[in-house]
Amino acid sequence: MRTLRLLLEKEFRQIFRDKGLLPIIFIMPMVQLLIMPLAANFDVKNINLAVVDRDHSTYTQQMVSKIASSGYFRITGYYTDYAPALHQIEREKADIILEIPAHFETDLVRESKASVYVAADAINGTKAGLGSAYLNTILGDFNNEIRMKWLPAKMAAAGTVDVTYSNWFNPEMNYHLYMVPGILVLLVTMVGGFVAALNIVKEKEIGTIEQINVTPIKKWQFIIGKMIPFWVIGMVDFTIGLLLARYVYGVIPVGSLLLLYSFLAIYLVALLGFGLLISTYSDNQLQAMFVAFFFIMIFMLMSGLFVSVDNMPSWAKVIAKLTPVTHFIDVVRMIVLKGSRFSDIKMQFLYEIAFAVVLNGWAILNYRKTA
Amino acid sequence: MSEKAIVCKDLTKRFGDFVAVNHISFDVDKGEIFGFLGANGAGKTTAMRMLCGLSYPTSGEATVAGYNVFKQQEAIKRNIGYMSQKFSLYESLTVRENIRFYGGVYGLSDKQLKEKGDELITKLGLEKEAKMMVGSLPLGWKQKLAFSVAIIHQPRIVFLDEPTGGVDPVTRRQFWDLIYDAAANGITVFVTTHYMDEAEYCNRISIMVDGRIDALDSPANLKKQYDAASMNEVFYALARTAKRSAD
Repeated sequence: MRTLRLLLEKEFRQIFRDKGLLPIIFIMPMVQLLIMPLAANFDVKNINLAVVDRDHSTYTQQMVSKIASSGYFRITGYYTDYAPALHQIEREKADIILEIPAHFETDLVRESKASVYVAADAINGTKAGLGSAYLNTILGDFNNEIRMKWLPAKMAAAGTVDVTYSNWFNPEMNYHLYMVPGILVLLVTMVGGFVAALNIVKEKEIGTIEQINVTPIKKWQFIIGKMIPFWVIGMVDFTIGLLLARYVYGVIPVGSLLLLYSFLAIYLVALLGFGLLISTYSDNQLQAMFVAFFFIMIFMLMSGLFVSVDNMPSWAKVIAKLTPVTHFIDVVRMIVLKGSRFSDIKMQFLYEIAFAVVLNGWAILNYRKTA
Repeated sequence: MSEKAIVCKDLTKRFGDFVAVNHISFDVDKGEIFGFLGANGAGKTTAMRMLCGLSYPTSGEATVAGYNVFKQQEAIKRNIGYMSQKFSLYESLTVRENIRFYGGVYGLSDKQLKEKGDELITKLGLEKEAKMMVGSLPLGWKQKLAFSVAIIHQPRIVFLDEPTGGVDPVTRRQFWDLIYDAAANGITVFVTTHYMDEAEYCNRISIMVDGRIDALDSPANLKKQYDAASMNEVFYALARTAKRSAD
C-alpha cells in the first residue's frame, strides 16, 4: 500500500505541475462543451434559394413570398433564365434552385395543374435533402390553400390524413438537450483515453519506466497508480461538465445521479484500460497519439453522437456496439433525458463491464516488466 | 572476499537468429568494482539487462546476489540498484521528492528517508537545490544524484550503464569518488563505460567482442598480456577483431 501511495503522490504531483497538460484536462473540455453544442445543430436553416421565375404572375409572387416567410429559406436572387441560377450554385451562392415555368398561372387556372422544378446542390446532402423536403411541404401547403379557395370546403377536406406529432422527453425538439450529454461523454473519453495513454508512453519515452521496472514495484501497483489519477480526473471533468450543462444549457438530469455516476465509474475503468492497451503497443508518444486519434475518430463517428446507430447498416451497427462510447452515450441520454432506471440499462452495464474486463486484461497481459 | 556477488555461466541471449550475448561466463566478487567494456553493439547492455531481471536469458545460468535470474527476478530487484544511460529521475519532481519516491519503493521508512535524504543532500552539496526540480539541475549534478539515489537503499550490487556519458572530466572524477565510497561500504559495482581512463579505476575488467567475453583480468594484467602501454591499446587490439558492425 505504501508503494501505491508513493506512486499516487508522484503522479498527482507530476500532473499538477504539467503546465501543458492542465489546460488540456480542465479548460479545453469546458470550452468545447460551450462551443460544440451550439455549432452541432442539425436544424437546417438559411438555405439559399435561387428562384427562376419565367412566369411573373400573382401566383408565383405569392408562392415565393410564402417560401421566404417560412424562415428556412433565404432568397438569394431572382432570375429569368436557368443558366445564371445554375451559375449561382456553381459559385456556392445558392443551395437550391426553384424553377417556375412560363404560363404557370395560366396552366394552374385553366388545367388545374402546373408543375415546378426543384434542383438541389447535393454536395451538402443533408441541406439538399432537408431543403427539398421543406420546399415540398411549403409547396404542398400552397397547393392546399389554392384548392381551398377554388373548391367547396367539404370536397377539399375530403381524403386528407392529418398527422400530429408529439415529441416525448424532448417536447420542443431542443437540439442542445440531445447533444450536450453526448458531447459530455466524448470529452470525458478524450481526456481519459488520450491523456492516460500518452502519460504511460511518456515514461517509456524518457526511460523512467526502465528504472521503475528494476525496482520492486509490482506490475499491478504501477498500473493502478497510473489509472487512479485519471479516473479521478475523469470524474471531476464529468461533474464540471454536468454543472455547465445545467447552468448554461438548462439540461438537468431527470434520472438518478447515483446510477449515472456508477455507470461513469465503470466506463472510465474500461476507457483507461483502452488507454493502457494503446500505451503497451506504442514506443513513443507520437505513435500513441496517432493510434488513439484513429480510435477516437471511430468513437466519434460510430457512437451515435451525430448519427443515430439505428440508421446504420448492420455491419456498422456491429462496430458501434463494439465501441464502449456508444453504450455510455446511450445511457447518459437515457438517464439524463428520460430518467431511465437500472432495469432499463442493464444490458449497457453488462457491455461496459465486459469492455472493462477485456481491455484491462489484455493490457495487463501485454504490459511486461521483463522481456 | 570469498562470497560472490554475481556468478554467470554460459549466459546466452538470442533474438531470432541473432546471438546478442554468446555463452558468457564470469564471477564478480563482493565489494569489487567490475568494469564491463565493449564496443557499441557488443552486447553489454543486453547482458546487463539479464542480470538486472529486465530480460530473460535464452540459456545458461546466473545468480545475482545469490538469486537465480530465471526464477527470482523480484528478489534480485529488491537487492540491486540500477542506473541507466538514460537519465531516470523524474524531472518534474524536486530532489527531495525523487529521493522519497525511489527510496520509498525499496521500503525505506519515512524516518530513514529523512536521514538518508539529508545525508545524501549534504554529501552532494545540494542543500540549496533540495527543493528545486531535478530538471533544472546541470547534467553532472543529475548524474551524481541519480547514482546516489540508486544506492540509497544500500543494495548489494549496483549496475551502472554508461553513467558518465556526456559528463565533464572534473565531474567524472567526482563521480568515481562516489563509486569508491560505495564500494568501500560493501556495495559491489558493475559498471559499463567507454572511457578507458575509467577502466583503469576498476579492480577487474571484462571486454566483450561480438557477444563473447574475450578478455577478463585486472587492468595491469591485461596491459601486460597484450603488451600495451594503456587500456586504450588493449581495447583497440580486441575491438578490431569484431565482425559485427556497430549500430
